[in-house]
Amino acid sequence: MSASRDNDRRIEKYRRMQRIRQFETRAETIHAAGEIPGALHTYAGMEASGVGACMALRDDDYMVGTHRSHGHPIAKGAKLRPLMAELLGKVTGICKGKGGSMHLSDFSMGSLGETSIVGSGGPVTAGAALGAKLQGLDRVALCFFGDGASSEGAIHEGMNLAAVWKLPAIFVCENNRFGMSTPTAAGVAGAHVADRAHGYGIPGVIVDGQDVDAVEAAVREAVDRARAGKGPTLIETKTYRYADHAVNMGRDLTPRGPEHDEWLARDPIVLYRARLVEDGISGSDLDAIDVQVAEEVADALNFARESAYPAFEEAFDHVFVDRLPIPDDVRAHA
Amino acid sequence: MAKITYLEAIYQAQAEEMDRDSKVFIMGEDIRCNVFGTTTGFVERFGEERVRDTPISENGFIGAAGGAAMVGMRPIVDATISSFLFPAMDQICSIIAKSRYIYGGQAQLPLVIRSCLFYGNSNAAQHSDRPYSMFMNMPGLKIIAPSNAHDMKGLLKAAIRDDDPVMSFEDSTCWMVKSEVPDDLDFVIPLGKGEVKREGTDVTVVAIAGAVNIALKAAEKLKAEGISVEVVDPRTLVPLDRDIILRSVRKTGRAICVDPAHKTCSAASEIAATIAEEAFEALRAPVVRVTTPDTHLPFSPHIEKPLYPSVERIMDAARRLVGAPAPQPQPA
Repeated sequence: MSASRDNDRRIEKYRRMQRIRQFETRAETIHAAGEIPGALHTYAGMEASGVGACMALRDDDYMVGTHRSHGHPIAKGAKLRPLMAELLGKVTGICKGKGGSMHLSDFSMGSLGETSIVGSGGPVTAGAALGAKLQGLDRVALCFFGDGASSEGAIHEGMNLAAVWKLPAIFVCENNRFGMSTPTAAGVAGAHVADRAHGYGIPGVIVDGQDVDAVEAAVREAVDRARAGKGPTLIETKTYRYADHAVNMGRDLTPRGPEHDEWLARDPIVLYRARLVEDGISGSDLDAIDVQVAEEVADALNFARESAYPAFEEAFDHVFVDRLPIPDDVRAHA
Repeated sequence: MAKITYLEAIYQAQAEEMDRDSKVFIMGEDIRCNVFGTTTGFVERFGEERVRDTPISENGFIGAAGGAAMVGMRPIVDATISSFLFPAMDQICSIIAKSRYIYGGQAQLPLVIRSCLFYGNSNAAQHSDRPYSMFMNMPGLKIIAPSNAHDMKGLLKAAIRDDDPVMSFEDSTCWMVKSEVPDDLDFVIPLGKGEVKREGTDVTVVAIAGAVNIALKAAEKLKAEGISVEVVDPRTLVPLDRDIILRSVRKTGRAICVDPAHKTCSAASEIAATIAEEAFEALRAPVVRVTTPDTHLPFSPHIEKPLYPSVERIMDAARRLVGAPAPQPQPA
């Protein structure tokens, strides 16, 4: 890869991490002000994990994510307007206002769901990889899941199926140190989630989840392996969730230890910016990206605010291919 | 037309649809060895890629069918016995039923989950479930429960061609029963269309799956007592053909809902409630359910068999509704 193309890629990684951070910061603020209904689970602190993984994928590769769903589509390159509109429950939202914060899934970017039942993406990922293989497509499927989900059977059924059938799948455990309020050590037996790969006879890789280049390199190796027909890999990104499990719950449920400040000192965006500057990319260029991203986020919020809420009929659409009838007694009071 | 069994109908429906559409493939536990005869010669005919033995991992491979469907395949999952669906409730209810909706129509889920109702054969409570009504309570899943080979083949072919997820509940009491089935490769029965299996004027019996055949026997015996019974088979439980049921009840003024499932929240309960809500003015007697009581199914045949809907229980219910006296016991 030429030096300039390499720099373009690195700047794109920076841009996507900034997008996530600024999107989340804004979302948290307007959620606090009551503009976003429901629970809001933010991805701040974990940007290098999602962006590094997605930058190793092609646009047509598949991805399945989690209830902490905002970061993954942005990492894969999704436009911000439909994502922000979804948070506000608007009809222009990526899910037409029926998914909300836990389900920001953009299928046009290869997403097959951001699913809010912990661990439930495992079997879907194996199935997508199987479907790609059966159709002779050289696509891979990547499953994001958390340290909490590593205790769910569904994740292990997905990994076992992918391993016995040598499917082109990558399982990325984003270990952000907490399953809601429970520290990883209290919920996950053994030192590392990645160690569980050995039970399936597949590679288990641990990577610094705050280093976007390192995550991308690890996932790229797994993607190459998968595309070559050699089967799945389990990668554990060691990362950190800055906010509480869900934001604005009134009190912080997450038990922060002395390592909290150490994690904050290793902010993935600050670290990456320093590396880029050290490698000769000008700080003012990066400042300009920060400003562009701020404008994108403001534009997305403006779009979301100006968008309409879904018509009531939308509640009855997409249960099946054909829209369901609305019962008279319900319509009368809708 | 050829006379074939219910199991042969399943075999033919799958084979014809796999021939027709290369996106269709089948997976499940031990399907290559063809335990029940529904995949005879499939490996030789379609290859191991499209005929896949799975690990004993229902949540895994049923969810994988969802993932494969989302990327363009049309999977058939053979979950064998319907009790084995319970470990997969997660993927069926949270992923397969809801993904099209929750993502605003972005997800496509054309897949079929087949399983049999394996009751009445001393397999005890963990292998004898008839759980379709549990899935009727979950929007997003179409459900078929055919009562004979003709309907089985036509509905299963329609299910495989349908763009929504369909659960096929196959009644093992019907497995070896033969009926005439068209040879036409495009013979399909539209989902959501019931059928009147026998016409009558005094009482409507709406029966589910294998109970249809019991109801038909009861109707024949009741004829000898001067009671004319109409037997309605919804065939599809979701979407439910409410019109055919209500039309029949408006004609007869009496309804018995017969269902091999447990009584509470059974398909019979839903049908009875629909009749009470929509055809109350036509009723000349209360709507009655003949179901399996809300106890588990025991192993010992002497105490298992009497729990299911039977010809005698349907006859008793019909006599009660028309006000006919029960027959006197014959002197020994």
